[in-house]
Amino acid sequence: MQYMVLIYDDPKVWQEMSEGERNGVMGEYLAYSESLRHAGVYVDGSQLEGTQTATTVRLRDGARLVTDGPFAETREALGGYFLLECESLDEAIDHAGRCPSARLGSIEVRPIVQMPART
Amino acid sequence: MTDPAAAVDRVFRTEFGRAVALLTRVLGDIDLAEDAVQDAYATAVARWPMDGVPDSPRAWIVTVARNRAIDRLRRRRTLEQHSEQLARRAEVEMAPFEDVDDDAIPDERLRLMFTCCHPALAPEAQVALTMRLVAGLTVAEIARALLSNESAVAQRLVRAKRKLRVAGVPFRVPRDEDIPDRLAIVLSVIYLVFNEGYVATGGDGLRRDDVAGEAIRLGRVLMALMPDEPEAIALLALMLLHHSRRRARADAGGEIVLLADQDRSLWDEGLIDEGLDLTERALRLTGAPGSYALQASIAAVHARSLVGDITEWTRIVALYDALLRLAPSPVVDLNRAVAHSMAEGPQAGLDAVQRLVDAGSLADHHLLHATRADLLARLGRADQAAAYYARAIELADNGAERRFLERRLAAVKAGS
Repeated sequence: MQYMVLIYDDPKVWQEMSEGERNGVMGEYLAYSESLRHAGVYVDGSQLEGTQTATTVRLRDGARLVTDGPFAETREALGGYFLLECESLDEAIDHAGRCPSARLGSIEVRPIVQMPART
Repeated sequence: MTDPAAAVDRVFRTEFGRAVALLTRVLGDIDLAEDAVQDAYATAVARWPMDGVPDSPRAWIVTVARNRAIDRLRRRRTLEQHSEQLARRAEVEMAPFEDVDDDAIPDERLRLMFTCCHPALAPEAQVALTMRLVAGLTVAEIARALLSNESAVAQRLVRAKRKLRVAGVPFRVPRDEDIPDRLAIVLSVIYLVFNEGYVATGGDGLRRDDVAGEAIRLGRVLMALMPDEPEAIALLALMLLHHSRRRARADAGGEIVLLADQDRSLWDEGLIDEGLDLTERALRLTGAPGSYALQASIAAVHARSLVGDITEWTRIVALYDALLRLAPSPVVDLNRAVAHSMAEGPQAGLDAVQRLVDAGSLADHHLLHATRADLLARLGRADQAAAYYARAIELADNGAERRFLERRLAAVKAGS
């Protein structure tokens, strides 16, 4: 099964880190994603630019509405993701729990919808 | 048995969890397993009254449920090729059990318990699933036990089973290193069920023995499956020791009788003996008693005391201290304050309660105010006691508890 590991953290936590601390966490992320590849579960993953660079698009009554944001009301925002191929939720939880941001923010694990096999 | 319908119910109640667990392991689908065992129940209701209860009901149920599951999968075949593979697998891996003795049927209930109590499920869902799939209670029975309505319970079960399936929750016993955390959830779910029966959180009557009895049955199953696990043994001991006082805890009118005022001849000695033995066994298995072992030890001190006056209160205070070191909790702190007041006098108890008040703990819990009122009444400060009883009455949800507090309030008013 495939699981989306969504990484939520507070951008302020990152801003308030010293250069050295930030480099430390980046190093942990490199090692973490290397370990995911090594375990054979890595499918895809990226860090996202901050919410201040986000743009929201809606179609209403046929008209396209483009707005700046959203700026999350909660302090934690989606900051990145990994797509993993795992045997079970337990395996996905194990990998999610080792993500450096598990300590700094929170990680949401969501199964990817499985399309029924065509016969 | 003379009443075949009652025999069907009794046998299914005992065998439901094991049959569901075994079928789930082979089919990988809890929903299908539950439906198949329910089908077997319908068949038994129709046939046992005429044919009699089979020699090995367990083998009969598993075999009939297996056949029904295969039928259901074959009917689904037009939709999915996968179903046919599963049906074949069920035929191959699960030979009919009709000719084997009960013990040859593997017991997969531990997997089922851990799956129903998976941390990815909300606590309410863990409780409902365990009651349905492991204990084999009907939706109507669960709704009654949890003081909920049937459609809410049914919906909770459907959502929980969907999450297990869609999120890919594995059907297995956790790895050794995860057992302590995961077992803690299983134990808390069983104890939650027990407490629903012990003091109904809402409603009128004080206790519902059936629910507490079901929790004890689950505790027995867990202990049989994990015979060397001290906390599983201790939880059963704790429940038995509480349950032993069930007839003494309320009077004929259903009103609360305090531990000190209980008629000890109404205590169930058989359950007390078993509870004391199990407490000792749990303590022997570990040098570091867990929270259930400590709670069972406290209950054991109460059970051994034949008269309220000679209860070893200092020992109880020491056990509460150990419990607080293990898992700090304001409710435990409050219980410790009561025990402390029994050992050192009401003023000492009141000082301990004041520390909780200062910390802002349990401000909306009726027990904090009731305890404060009791201690003030013991100190002869009736007016203050009355005010706190009134506050406790406002906050209590259970009718029997409220009426008990009203009687205490009337007593301090009469005495002042």
